[in-house]
Amino acid sequence: MVRPGGPAVEPAEHAGPGPASPGAAALVVRISGVDKTFVSDGARVTTALQGIDLDIRRGEFVSLIGPSGCGKSTLLRLIGDLVAPTAGRVTINDKPAARARRDREYGIVFQAPVLFDWRSVEDNVKLPLELMGYNAAQRTARAREMLELVELGEFLRHHPYQLSGGMQQRVAIARALCFEPSILLMDEPFGALDEMTRERMNQEVLRIWERTGITVVFVTHSIPEAVFLSSRVVVMSARPGRITDIVEVDLPRPRDVETREQRRYFELVTAVREALRRGGADSHEADAIEAGSGLAGGSIDRAAAEGGIG
Amino acid sequence: MTPAATTGLGPLRGPGPGSAGRWAARISYYLPAVVVFAATIGAWEMAVRNIDLRGLPLPAPSAIASALIDNWSNGRWPLGKAASATLFEAIGGLAIGTSLGVVVALLTARFATAREVLLPLAIGASAVPIIAFAPLMNNWFGVLNPLSKMMIVAVLVFFPVVVNVTRGLTQVEPSALELMRSYAATEWTVLRTLRLPNALPYFFTALKIGTTLSLIGAIVGEYFGGTSDVLGRVVVQSASALRFDVSWAAIVLAALAGICLYLATAAIERAVIPWHASVRSLEP
Repeated sequence: MVRPGGPAVEPAEHAGPGPASPGAAALVVRISGVDKTFVSDGARVTTALQGIDLDIRRGEFVSLIGPSGCGKSTLLRLIGDLVAPTAGRVTINDKPAARARRDREYGIVFQAPVLFDWRSVEDNVKLPLELMGYNAAQRTARAREMLELVELGEFLRHHPYQLSGGMQQRVAIARALCFEPSILLMDEPFGALDEMTRERMNQEVLRIWERTGITVVFVTHSIPEAVFLSSRVVVMSARPGRITDIVEVDLPRPRDVETREQRRYFELVTAVREALRRGGADSHEADAIEAGSGLAGGSIDRAAAEGGIG
Repeated sequence: MTPAATTGLGPLRGPGPGSAGRWAARISYYLPAVVVFAATIGAWEMAVRNIDLRGLPLPAPSAIASALIDNWSNGRWPLGKAASATLFEAIGGLAIGTSLGVVVALLTARFATAREVLLPLAIGASAVPIIAFAPLMNNWFGVLNPLSKMMIVAVLVFFPVVVNVTRGLTQVEPSALELMRSYAATEWTVLRTLRLPNALPYFFTALKIGTTLSLIGAIVGEYFGGTSDVLGRVVVQSASALRFDVSWAAIVLAALAGICLYLATAAIERAVIPWHASVRSLEP
């Protein structure tokens, strides 16, 4: 097990339909009454998020999906205390998000791998461990263990530019997990990858999630990806960003290539697509600005809003 | 030089089977430059020998070369001594200007107030023609003191270093900063692990610009007085004595010193930032 200290939660527990009777202690993320407004040009106020309530249980895999400008990336950043809410509360393990950040409870993976060119693959993974005061032996052991986990054990001494996009993103995942955060935040991590690589990476992420039991919040613009990965898909609408629906994904685990061919899978993809429609996702021709993200591609989001099965 | 390089046109079979292709690639990379250079020198030599250039006192390359050798260590214009003195001023000024530039860049990158105060100052300093500073520096630091020339060089080098290093320190990927924030990293840690490495390629760009500027600065400073055994004085004095072969030899030495400084900087750059795209794609 990669997280010997962590609570040993079998992911299978969450595969069944409906919430698995959440006790308050099992909650990792608790978001209540959160609004987020941005002031631009000193006067114009944009409401990025309004009235957000969301609880995420330990070991859950939750996807946030919605059209451009629905604030899903902003919501992820609120959970990670990268931006502060205008109103409402975000707590992680019963602590304010700011405190959780100082306690290094977050592992983050962005759409870009954000690897440091001047560090080898191994040293990139070691970066958070250095900052968190692990000794040299621990750093080496953990970095190597994590790189084995993402199947890059052979590439310790390589530099990021020598790796493909998918491999770089796997290094970023290893770096996000090496210090055993209690929650993994992923902001469209595979948005820049081709469809084949993306499906492989989806499988990879599920394998890692099942082995580590970590709680994952995953922002995506791909309906198939959200359904394939998640325990729950949180559907959001734009202007102002709100949660309009939550789709429980009751597909059995472990999921693999065949999952994508099951009848239930297609039903759930349709359910998410319809939930997006109901939320007004097809009004995407309005100015599509993913507030606070800077990474989200409007055109890609549009494809998701139209519900293309990659 | 390997045999492959010296034989010139038959290089495809190198000493080692693995390195042959690499040497061939290198030679075809450098060959055009070498050929053009040699052709220019040859044409110059032929022109001076065969065309009557009475109106234009241009010594032939061979005359310049022999002036260089004859005056290297003796005579009225000891070129070797002059070149090393000028190089010393250039390197000293480069060190002073670069150090000050890095300090100011660190301040401007960190503090908005420093940015507002120091950047206009740096821009102002770079806007003044350097020859306006030269007499002042000679006056302040002593006309015979090499420090006066170093300070002129420093003024020239300072600006590109400030501008480039500031950019390198501030133009960091926003998500890299978010990543560091998620690690609850301190400002100092962000500087050490992210901003400084990110600024290194910018720093070397500035330093390479600085190497050529440094010789300009040193020689301009020398024109305005000082000890006589420096390249700038040799050019002035030999030209007024109509020994243009010596003047040209001094100019060639100044150029060679600049090239050596540049190549040394580029070599250090390759050693320090082998991961950077500009270095990775330099040679075949």
